[in-house]
Amino acid sequence: MQLSPELFKPLEQKVEQKELIRPSTTYWQDAWRRLKQNPAAMISLGVIILIILLAIFGPMLSPYTYSEQDFSRRNQGPSAEHWFGTDGLGRDLFTRVLYGARISLSIGFVAALVTIFGVLYGGISGFVGGWLDNVMMRFVDIMYSIPFLLWVILLMVYLKEILPQDAGLISMYLALGLVYWLPMARIVRGQILSLKEQEFVMAAHTIGASKRRILLRHLIPNCMGPIIVTATLTIPQAIFTEAFLSFIGLGVSAPKASWGTLASDALVSLKSHPHLLFFPSAAICITLLAFNFLGDGLRDALDPKMRK
Amino acid sequence: MLNYLVRRILYALGALLVVVTVTFLFMHIIPGGPFQREKALPEAVKANIEARYNLDQPLHKQYFDYLLHLAKGDLGPSYKYRGRTVNDIIAERFPVSMQLGGVAVVIALLIGVPAGILAALKQNKVPDYIVMFFSTIGIAMPGFVIGTVLMYFLAYRWGLLPAAMWGTPKQVIMPAIALAGAPTAFIARLTRSSMLDVLSQDYMKTAVAKGLPQSRVLWLHAVKNAIIPVVTYMGPLLATILTGSFVVENIFAVPGLGKHFVTSIYNRDYTVILGVTVFYCVFLIVANLLVDLAYPLLDPRIKLGGRKEIV
Repeated sequence: MQLSPELFKPLEQKVEQKELIRPSTTYWQDAWRRLKQNPAAMISLGVIILIILLAIFGPMLSPYTYSEQDFSRRNQGPSAEHWFGTDGLGRDLFTRVLYGARISLSIGFVAALVTIFGVLYGGISGFVGGWLDNVMMRFVDIMYSIPFLLWVILLMVYLKEILPQDAGLISMYLALGLVYWLPMARIVRGQILSLKEQEFVMAAHTIGASKRRILLRHLIPNCMGPIIVTATLTIPQAIFTEAFLSFIGLGVSAPKASWGTLASDALVSLKSHPHLLFFPSAAICITLLAFNFLGDGLRDALDPKMRK
Repeated sequence: MLNYLVRRILYALGALLVVVTVTFLFMHIIPGGPFQREKALPEAVKANIEARYNLDQPLHKQYFDYLLHLAKGDLGPSYKYRGRTVNDIIAERFPVSMQLGGVAVVIALLIGVPAGILAALKQNKVPDYIVMFFSTIGIAMPGFVIGTVLMYFLAYRWGLLPAAMWGTPKQVIMPAIALAGAPTAFIARLTRSSMLDVLSQDYMKTAVAKGLPQSRVLWLHAVKNAIIPVVTYMGPLLATILTGSFVVENIFAVPGLGKHFVTSIYNRDYTVILGVTVFYCVFLIVANLLVDLAYPLLDPRIKLGGRKEIV
């Protein structure tokens, strides 16, 4: 056997050292990477963006308005002119459903907005502790022992009476705003309670950071995951509640239309014109599904325990 | 234990007082009042009516009167239906809602729990996907959508079931399914996740290693422990069913308390709104208390007082 000297030459080093170090990913990059691997959540995100765009620009592009009546075209089925058909007063259903999307989404947005108050409430309660925590949480407990819908119904009955006729939507915002911060307050308090005993908080204390700074800069950013998940899941709840209240006649008043009132109005002609019920119902279901899937996806993506 | 019980009952009473006060204030500072007509009533008639219902008294006196009556279980007269009290209305309507709600709870448990167990045992396989798909849809579909879709197909298109009203067993089926939709979906998800949790516990391996028969491992070791969150959900479940009945009873014209509650909102029958709200709250608070007390019976590791509420 012949051994040539070439066999004993050292191999060229192909792997360079610097390639072994990957750029470090932040928490949010990591979460986004994991979210991208979840097809249901990504499709839902696309659907939500589409619905938001349609709600903002759709009514502008449509040749009809939500209140325009055309008695020669009543109760028509879906056609090229009226994509979703027309209702009992000859109004274009597609435009009305788009207009309903504005209302539903704005309700969801308001509900998500008031959860910020819940974050601060729960944060202060958990961080300060002691008797203040006790008082603040007993208040939440008491509010909690009554179902949300009963609260909202009561508030709606009251607000609809004291506000002018047109103010169904405003009273809806108020009623939802008054109760939808509660779950967030509980969740954030729980998170803060476990976080505030950790070393980095003590470190912040020792270098003389103010309480306000510790709460806003150190504690709350660290419970961003649960906060975002809760906010995302609050949106479909609020949309659901609006549809529910509008359906039983407490929501926006005619000629304005939300998905709930559209479905409720369609009930009388269900036998002869089922399309009037189908489109608003489908819009509600698709939107709720999308937000629920996205919320579930975010929960998986933001949970550090799922990190590989 | 006694300490805990006393504390819970005190909270419950506190919650009730808040509900009563808030509802009372709402109903009494609404401008106009329940007897406002389009045509103004003669002063004397109006004064007479207000005296009849004690509306001429100062607000705080009305409030304490109401509390006093409430303590005796008297919810006052209806403003809309002369000569009837709120108690009469609840006594007449609530049994109907209770039957409907009872059937719905049974449906939700009978379908939700086995579906959740199946999904957990076949995790990431076809049955799991099917159960999760339907449970997500069930959560996303409001009761009135399920109800109207059922009504359209089962009653109008295929003529299998009566479309509305109440009285025969056939008429219970559709409203009960519509009412059970969301809770069934939620119970299935809850059972699945807690079952997965239990299945990964060490005592499951121990049970298998001891050579216990599979059915015994499954039912006595896994399911019995996995069912606890479902029991916890029973309190909030009642709330879901009760509020769900507002819509479902309206769609199917079921003469229950939920339908009457909605009607009284239209009619501005304030004492009925107030009375029914208080009644629902008492019912829910008592139900939640019972669930909490039943809790340690299922799992001896659980100490009363440490539970977080799910709503």
